[in-house]
Amino acid sequence: MLMRSLLAVFIILSLLPTGEAGAQTPLVEAAKREGKVVWYTSLALPSAEKVAKLFEAAYPGIKVEVHRTGSQRILQRVMQELQANIKNVDVVHTSDAGHFVLLKDKKLLARHTPAGVERFPAGFKDKDGYYYGLRATVNVIAYNTQKVTAAEAPKTWKDLLDPKWKGRMVTAHPGYSGVIATHVLALVHLHGWEYFQALARNQLMLVQSAVDPSGVVASGERPVAVNGGEYTFYQSKKQGNPVEIVYPKEGVPLVVSPTAITSFAPHPQAARLFTDFSFTREVQQVMADSEGLYTGQPEVKYPADKPKLTDLKLLTAEPEELEKRNEEIKKRFVEFFGA
Amino acid sequence: MAVPAVAPRRLEGLDRALPVWVAAALALVFLMGLPLGWLAWMSVSGESGFTFRHYEKVVADPALRRALWNTVVMAFWVGLASVAVGAPLAWLTARTDVPGRGLIRALVLASFVTPPFLGAFAWVMLAGPNAGLLNRLWRSATGAEAPLLNIFSMPGLIFVVTIYTFPYVYIMVANTLALIASDLEEAGAILGAGRLWVALTITLPMVLPALASGFILALLQALALFGSPAILALPAGFHTVTTQIWSLFQFPPKVEMAAAFSLPLFLATALLLAAQKRLLGRRGYAAVGGKGGARRVIALGRWRLPALAACLAVMACAIFLPYGILAKAAFSRAWAQPLTWSNLTLKNFTFTFFEYSATQAAIVNTLELGVLTATVGAGLVALLAYVTSRRLVIGHQVIAFFALAPVVIPGVVLAVALFIAYTRPPFLLYGTLWILFIAYLTKEMPVGYAQADATFRGIPTELEDAGRILGAGRFRVLRDVTAPLARSGIIAAWCFVFIGVIRELSASIILFTPSTKVMSVVLFDLKEEGQFGAIAVLGLVMLALTFATVALVQAVLGRDVLGARD
Repeated sequence: MLMRSLLAVFIILSLLPTGEAGAQTPLVEAAKREGKVVWYTSLALPSAEKVAKLFEAAYPGIKVEVHRTGSQRILQRVMQELQANIKNVDVVHTSDAGHFVLLKDKKLLARHTPAGVERFPAGFKDKDGYYYGLRATVNVIAYNTQKVTAAEAPKTWKDLLDPKWKGRMVTAHPGYSGVIATHVLALVHLHGWEYFQALARNQLMLVQSAVDPSGVVASGERPVAVNGGEYTFYQSKKQGNPVEIVYPKEGVPLVVSPTAITSFAPHPQAARLFTDFSFTREVQQVMADSEGLYTGQPEVKYPADKPKLTDLKLLTAEPEELEKRNEEIKKRFVEFFGA
Repeated sequence: MAVPAVAPRRLEGLDRALPVWVAAALALVFLMGLPLGWLAWMSVSGESGFTFRHYEKVVADPALRRALWNTVVMAFWVGLASVAVGAPLAWLTARTDVPGRGLIRALVLASFVTPPFLGAFAWVMLAGPNAGLLNRLWRSATGAEAPLLNIFSMPGLIFVVTIYTFPYVYIMVANTLALIASDLEEAGAILGAGRLWVALTITLPMVLPALASGFILALLQALALFGSPAILALPAGFHTVTTQIWSLFQFPPKVEMAAAFSLPLFLATALLLAAQKRLLGRRGYAAVGGKGGARRVIALGRWRLPALAACLAVMACAIFLPYGILAKAAFSRAWAQPLTWSNLTLKNFTFTFFEYSATQAAIVNTLELGVLTATVGAGLVALLAYVTSRRLVIGHQVIAFFALAPVVIPGVVLAVALFIAYTRPPFLLYGTLWILFIAYLTKEMPVGYAQADATFRGIPTELEDAGRILGAGRFRVLRDVTAPLARSGIIAAWCFVFIGVIRELSASIILFTPSTKVMSVVLFDLKEEGQFGAIAVLGLVMLALTFATVALVQAVLGRDVLGARD
């Protein structure tokens, strides 16, 4: 806790003299007049609140309104609000890249290129310049080390089909989480829908958020998680919970979570300032350090006890395909798993 | 001279009735007519006009049929189990010398006001098949592999819903028992029947209508519940009607199907309530009625302590264990670990109140809505109940009917209807607190009205007549005679509405927007992310608010809120 606060202070101090933060540029002035930015985000709640607090400390006078929920809920919310002609959200950030294809098609996004993103890898950038990957994670298997030994732990996605895991596994839900929707599509490419049909026979516990399996595994409620954001397991392990992560050999689904400014943003300047801020090397480094996320920023250093993205075999899902098959993914998952 | 003498009197009657009727009609249109009209229309409207397609799709979809069947199974067993728990408890506290009767009543009240979704959440920590506290104790005590309880199952769901629903049966039965004289029971005893035989053959038949109507009330509660199935049924891979309706709002939304699927729930509720009304309306029980006759206390003898133990066991399930585990989770880093020094923390509190930015706004919204709804609601029900109980306008029965009518609209259905009605011109209320206000006012109106009506009926009209005879006008009498007498009853109505509002989830979950979140919605958000510590903290805040309000009612009424005692 103390270390984290010190770290935060350090980061803010390091931002002030060098970055744009301290300078009273016209953008900062305009953003301050708007006074706040509304952020619908699927970033895990404590992480989202931390980014917001960092921004508020760097730009006193501009408040960040954090509304954290699952990716699919965010899209539902944005569309529901628009239907009622409510223009509330400035910055949308979900883990389902398909959402941004849809929002762009419907002309609901504003073009904005944050400084420095030109050096990000291709998978982090929209070719038209509407959205950029703020962070990335991979889906992994995780187990509780008090209940499962390393030797008997599942090593591959197919290992999870073994009946010995019946009633002992947890999955998050693609109808809530973009991380999981991406995961499901990537594994459907790898093993087909039959894989999920077979997996469902092992009677999994269903939770919603991709953050939740790490809590379920840490508490021992189910000793094995069949998916979930790697960063949440990593954080849990760092906090001393009996959790171990498995990176299956068949490859791990990569989830790049884009962020974009809406075309109807009520606070467009603050939205730009906030988006630029979240792509600075310092904030990207925070995500890597204390949250265990991957980023597209090439200079970011990762903890030594985490595999590099380049060392992992990555399974990817195209945003366009995610958008097209969104309903199919949710429907078939519910068909197999019951709810 | 005769003609002008009549005319002003007619006019006076008209004057009095007109504003009341206009107000009642307006309230009716906005609270119920418009939303339900839209709901019905939406369920039969297609791109090219009228269609039954949505109903066909609802019937054809196996997932929806399963959800419907699950709901029927769950509600039926909850009704039955509530009778099995609530009726004996009511008999014990109303008729026997079981020790600690006051305490038991207080605990039943506590269970009555506990938000069911909080109880469900606590039971996840108690009886999750692997990490649940009770299952871990069971394993270490017996060495067994299999869990003792699995809360993520249909029986688990029925259990958790029952422990917060049986008070409906308890109230019905306890209040009926308080009205039945012991003469018949004593006659039976004199003729040689044993205590149990008397209870089964004499007392039971007399309370049967109360039992049946308690069963129906419990069943209705279970039908309309959203939070508990969302917490317990979804992880187990099954839906109920309410969770299914809610998930139909996922993008791309299927509002028409939600509307079509809402109607069975609405009709079932209406039918069941009609049945309950018939049961209570029967006049076949001459022994019930009035308070004449003595009620003898039955001595339990050596069964006193076992009876007390049974009552406390029920209360352990509903109150002690869940509250205990919530308190533990609030102060723990990891809820599943023992509460050692290293696991002890205040971080959950600092996170909930200072780091999680949604909390403060949600508490403010909840309190604002609570106070606003309770104040407007209490004023409205006081006016309506005064007008109807004193029969001041023509058609007062109609007003009374509509004040009670929202009982038949489950929260989720009401929310779907309000969502459809108020996300479009001319009344764009979605996104404001007003749509929640309308939902809460509609939902809580029957409870408030029933309380206010009982209050005015309890004030003898003789006092008012005396005032009129002495020359005071109706308003003067209202101010100086009726209002002071009715005050405590109306304050109680205020509190009932307030308690109902702060725990409301099933309508809020569909009607909220990020800037209009309330506490229950924040709790639900946290649940979906598995933030146990923060849920426990916020849950305790909600309980504290509830019990502070209950204490206020008790102080104002000078008796407990469960109903007639002596």
